[in-house]
Amino acid sequence: MKKLTCLGLSIVMALSLLTACGGGETSTAGSETGSTPSSSAAQSTGSTGATQEITGTVNTDGSTSMADVMAVLKETFKEVQPGINVNYTGSGSGSGITNVLNGSVDIGLSSRALKAEEEEQGAVAHIVALDGVAVVVNPENTVADLTVEQIAKIFSGEITNWSEVGGADAEIAVFGRESGSGTRGAFEEIVGVVDTCVYTNEYSSTGDMVGAVAGNPNAIGYASLSAVDESVVAVKVNGVAPSEATVMDGTYEIQRPFVMVTKEGAELSEATQAFLDYATSAEVAEYIAAAGAVSPQA
Amino acid sequence: MQALFFVCGFIAIIFVLLITIYLILSGLPAIREIGLVEFLFGTRWESTNKTDPAFGILPMILTSIYGTAGAIVIGVPIGFLTAVYLSKVASPKVAGIIRPVVDLLAGIPSVVYGLVGMMVLVPWIRETFHTPAGESLLAAIVVLAVMILPSIISVSETALKAVPREYEEASLALGATELETYFRVSAPAAKSGIAAAVVLGVGRAIGEAMAILMVAGNVANMPGLLTSVKFLTTGIASELSYSSGLQRQALFSIGLVLFLFIMCINVLLNVFLKRNKED
Repeated sequence: MKKLTCLGLSIVMALSLLTACGGGETSTAGSETGSTPSSSAAQSTGSTGATQEITGTVNTDGSTSMADVMAVLKETFKEVQPGINVNYTGSGSGSGITNVLNGSVDIGLSSRALKAEEEEQGAVAHIVALDGVAVVVNPENTVADLTVEQIAKIFSGEITNWSEVGGADAEIAVFGRESGSGTRGAFEEIVGVVDTCVYTNEYSSTGDMVGAVAGNPNAIGYASLSAVDESVVAVKVNGVAPSEATVMDGTYEIQRPFVMVTKEGAELSEATQAFLDYATSAEVAEYIAAAGAVSPQA
Repeated sequence: MQALFFVCGFIAIIFVLLITIYLILSGLPAIREIGLVEFLFGTRWESTNKTDPAFGILPMILTSIYGTAGAIVIGVPIGFLTAVYLSKVASPKVAGIIRPVVDLLAGIPSVVYGLVGMMVLVPWIRETFHTPAGESLLAAIVVLAVMILPSIISVSETALKAVPREYEEASLALGATELETYFRVSAPAAKSGIAAAVVLGVGRAIGEAMAILMVAGNVANMPGLLTSVKFLTTGIASELSYSSGLQRQALFSIGLVLFLFIMCINVLLNVFLKRNKED
């Protein structure tokens, strides 16, 4: 009996090993050749009304926070223009902009607005999405409005009691995401508390974070706007409640643009132009929403 | 047929070898880059700090050791007394109820322990000790103590049952009470089995990740009973998904350290089990 179980287990393990390898191979083969079935390609080119199939490669480089948005754009663009290969390298917004200005990539990706000196050097911004981060508290909490400055002080440990911002006399439990999280990066960057946050607890997913804030009356946390539900309260920031509308009109402050950057005067290849047009078109709005951001076209 | 069994037996060895080699190969580069002393004894873990990243895992090592020790301090006395009760005192009927329940405790998935800890224990700690958040080393210790109970109970019960009846009868015949007999004759005779139970508990506690990920808070502070802490296991589990570069390599190095810990515990366990057989 024991031997049989042993045998069964090892077969299962061996099989899982084989399937794991197999899976890896097929997926790499798919992305290398980029030969998605021509039937689906014909279908989608028909529906979008593209006149001809373009072939080529688009190299993009920049913000790691845009990885999700880029992944979804790459994937859906493949169905529209199967002949175009889009490459994405996540090296950070700054180096993405530098690389597009010196011509080593076609499109730079930046998860912040361009600086004046970057625009002077000829960088042109095409906003593809807006990323809003909501600051959430427990429904029992009476604090409903905070300024960005207060939020920064709370997360860097200068304000430690809710009574200092008009709430009950209770110590604040500052909840954050784990190191490496895109939401954490976005929040710390916008609020201006990069590397100075003093967290009480860290959570490794948005769901955990929202659940933990919902279960602790002393808690404050942050989550992508799309992940906020009725179990927590998203506080107003400088008097503005977070919503898709306030993110889009720019009145909600804890937000940043996802920008595709090109160089002024530099001629774009046909493939690059096609990808840029696609990424800024209204048809990608739902895909961008699925990646957790707000499309300016929505 | 025999060849088939041979191959199957061999598969286990291959897996262990592959995992060992893989861990060493992927764990060493980061240690080399960070420096062994800085890695093992650094007190700051700020893996994504852009200006001044730090990869010291001493807080995690100490948390894992304290957490495991705490779980043993709470779990072993309870487990040992339960084992004495089950093997010596309880009537067969009562033992017949308790034993399956203990086995059931062993079968509960760790995420369920974590869930109960998160929903019940964590708010309780927050309200009782007036801390801003209840996630703490204490919560992790209590959850781990309950989780290691079943293995401690069943292994020490087996060891206690294996003590020859004649020893106990001789002790009783000399006028010792039943309690004296259990603690001064049966328990010493079963000591290597009980030690094996403790080591098994240590192994289970130090390797657990899911349950304590949900109750420990996961900030790499130096351990304190009521502060949020990060274990070696949860350090890997919480950061791996979005990690990159040196951060990712350092997580593999944590895995290597954890692997060495578990190896030592296994060697210890084998020593005790061997001694048990020789007795």
